[in-house]
Amino acid sequence: MTNIVLQAENIAKQYRLGEVGTGTLSHDLNRWWARARGKEDPYLKIGDKNDRTVASESDYVWVLKDINFQVRQGDVLGIIGKNGAGKSTLLKVLSQITAPTTGQIKVKGRIAALLEVGTGMHPELTGRENIYLNGSILGMTRREITRKLDDIIDFSGCAKYVDTPVKRYSSGMMVRLGFAVASFLEPEILIVDEVLAVGDAEFQEKAIGRMQDVSSKEGRTVLFVSHNLLSVRNLCKTGLVLDKGHIAYTGTADEAVDYYRGSIFENIAKTDLTERTEARTNEYFTVKNIWFESDAGESGDHFVSGDKVSVCIAYESQLPELRFLSVGLGLYDFQGAMVSDLWNVSAEGYRASYPSTGVIRCTFPRLPLNEGKYSLSIYVTMKNTVAYALANAASFKVTQGDYFGTGVTPQIGKGRVFLEQVWSFN
Amino acid sequence: MNPTDNNDWDLVIQPEYSWRQNFDPKKIWRYRDLLVLLVKRDLVAVYKQTILGPLWFFIQPLLTTIMFTVVFGNIAKISTGEVPSTVFYMGGLLLWSYFADVVSKTSEAFITNQNLFSKVYFPRIIVPLSMALSNLIKLGIQSLMFAGFFIYYYCQGGISPNATLLLFPVYVLMTALLGLSFGMIISSMTVKYRDLRFLIGFGIELLKFAAPIIYPLSMAGDGTFKWVVLTNPMSSVIESFKYGCFSKGTFDWSHLGYSLLFLIVILFLAIRSFSKIEKKFIDTV
Repeated sequence: MTNIVLQAENIAKQYRLGEVGTGTLSHDLNRWWARARGKEDPYLKIGDKNDRTVASESDYVWVLKDINFQVRQGDVLGIIGKNGAGKSTLLKVLSQITAPTTGQIKVKGRIAALLEVGTGMHPELTGRENIYLNGSILGMTRREITRKLDDIIDFSGCAKYVDTPVKRYSSGMMVRLGFAVASFLEPEILIVDEVLAVGDAEFQEKAIGRMQDVSSKEGRTVLFVSHNLLSVRNLCKTGLVLDKGHIAYTGTADEAVDYYRGSIFENIAKTDLTERTEARTNEYFTVKNIWFESDAGESGDHFVSGDKVSVCIAYESQLPELRFLSVGLGLYDFQGAMVSDLWNVSAEGYRASYPSTGVIRCTFPRLPLNEGKYSLSIYVTMKNTVAYALANAASFKVTQGDYFGTGVTPQIGKGRVFLEQVWSFN
Repeated sequence: MNPTDNNDWDLVIQPEYSWRQNFDPKKIWRYRDLLVLLVKRDLVAVYKQTILGPLWFFIQPLLTTIMFTVVFGNIAKISTGEVPSTVFYMGGLLLWSYFADVVSKTSEAFITNQNLFSKVYFPRIIVPLSMALSNLIKLGIQSLMFAGFFIYYYCQGGISPNATLLLFPVYVLMTALLGLSFGMIISSMTVKYRDLRFLIGFGIELLKFAAPIIYPLSMAGDGTFKWVVLTNPMSSVIESFKYGCFSKGTFDWSHLGYSLLFLIVILFLAIRSFSKIEKKFIDTV
């Protein structure tokens, strides 16, 4: 039987919005006065749900509320959620950087958090000195570090520079050194933030491999927070989805990722582009709408493989004419992996000018996608400055069809795209 | 296993801790290596890429002493009694600058280490402790220099130490704890409302002149000013140290007793306020 090594009970965290000033002083005095009379903190009763897109009515906001979960020994728990869902706050509470407002977390064994690589490294100290410093900040003893020193240096690949001050290091080397120290940590419970998102591909592979070893071979518990759904799927056994400070879903990692993707697709369907406050835009250019058109010119979001489909983007700008317009569409599958990066510049080069207001059409003569749900992100730049950017701007569904026109439909779930191919048998 | 039983768990993270839980010596002892390394970092990093390196530990107080000798001794002509002014100032500055360094360093502990504190947990008290220790080493080096000057003037005649000088370690400990307490209280008060920060430098400077550094306590007269000076808990420590060195001045157990009492009270307050703030500060800093 596996033991529960971490148990969160009713964790909640309240933050105050706005700046610290005289207003906070009066609230502090109020709070103190309430406490002096033996009453409850008056500000704990109020507070909005944490939805960043809507202006708050109260000065207080619950970043986390009613968080209850358990983690068993040897489990690898992936915590996913949108930006602002409370992932980082939950990590900070778990790693004791900040205290929860209410509730408690019970832990068995040593717990170590890796929210950043190379924490506390001093630029003037050498690599070796920083290994000791960083290691002890993360909770290792000096003897432990000395024992693992050669392994750490070896893993980092910085052997030649180990006696050089780290301020002379490239940023990649700093990251590798920091990760090398962290990966030789031996706590019973390891909390990891998205630190894997740094470093080159080779190093990332090494880092992920190391994480897998930690949980599978050494039987330790890992809590992993990431935006990268693929690495959550690959690394984690169980998953937890946070939404607006609440736990929206718990289950296996695959289930959690599917749930999370599903909730994103639901959101896309519901919202109009002009209401998408998370879009990045500038004052000259804005995207008003995005939709899909079939060959017959009808709009819809449900197509069959091999259909002629156009992605249409209605835009508006304040400029008389547009030049150097670059429109990028990221095509993603249900799991969040990029299927293709569509870009007007690479597909057709620059035109002399573009209409200042109108509809951009990107047409697939034959939609080369297998059955599934897909989403699009928009990234528009003008003269290398971002004019509009929005992730998950729209989604569409594809059902299986006879793409190659042979009468044999391809298998569902085997790959995402169809490639033009010529066979010969001699 | 009964999950409601807290004794089964190694660690319970909760909204608030008592100061006894925060200052659990076992917990702090576990991080002793970090303490040592932070001290080393402070000492090594400051003088990296300087040619004179650790020599600056000597040069800084030497320059201050020269400045004091010129300004207060030669220009303002403030009497230092029968003691040569150079060694008089140096003796007074020795413990005072340790106190001032510890206060100003630890009072910024949360703000300067904001980035570190927001990424990793360890008992926060380690940082003020490391600051007190690295300055202690600086004090050690400066004491050697003072000893050199002291022996020179002793051979010249005119100054003679006495047995109370053996209390020097006690003075150092008192200075360290006073500095830490002041610094910790200020640091926990400046986390949310930074107004106080602007007054710290000024306050320390003011306190310096309310301590018998450039003048002997006897110069303070018998009026209000003497009481002001004696209220400063560092005064008795500095004056007693000087008495031990020069056998001139005042040595009064009641003055030292007052400082000790002051120390106990303020240390208690410091631990309370520091432990109260250490879990919350990252949200407010």
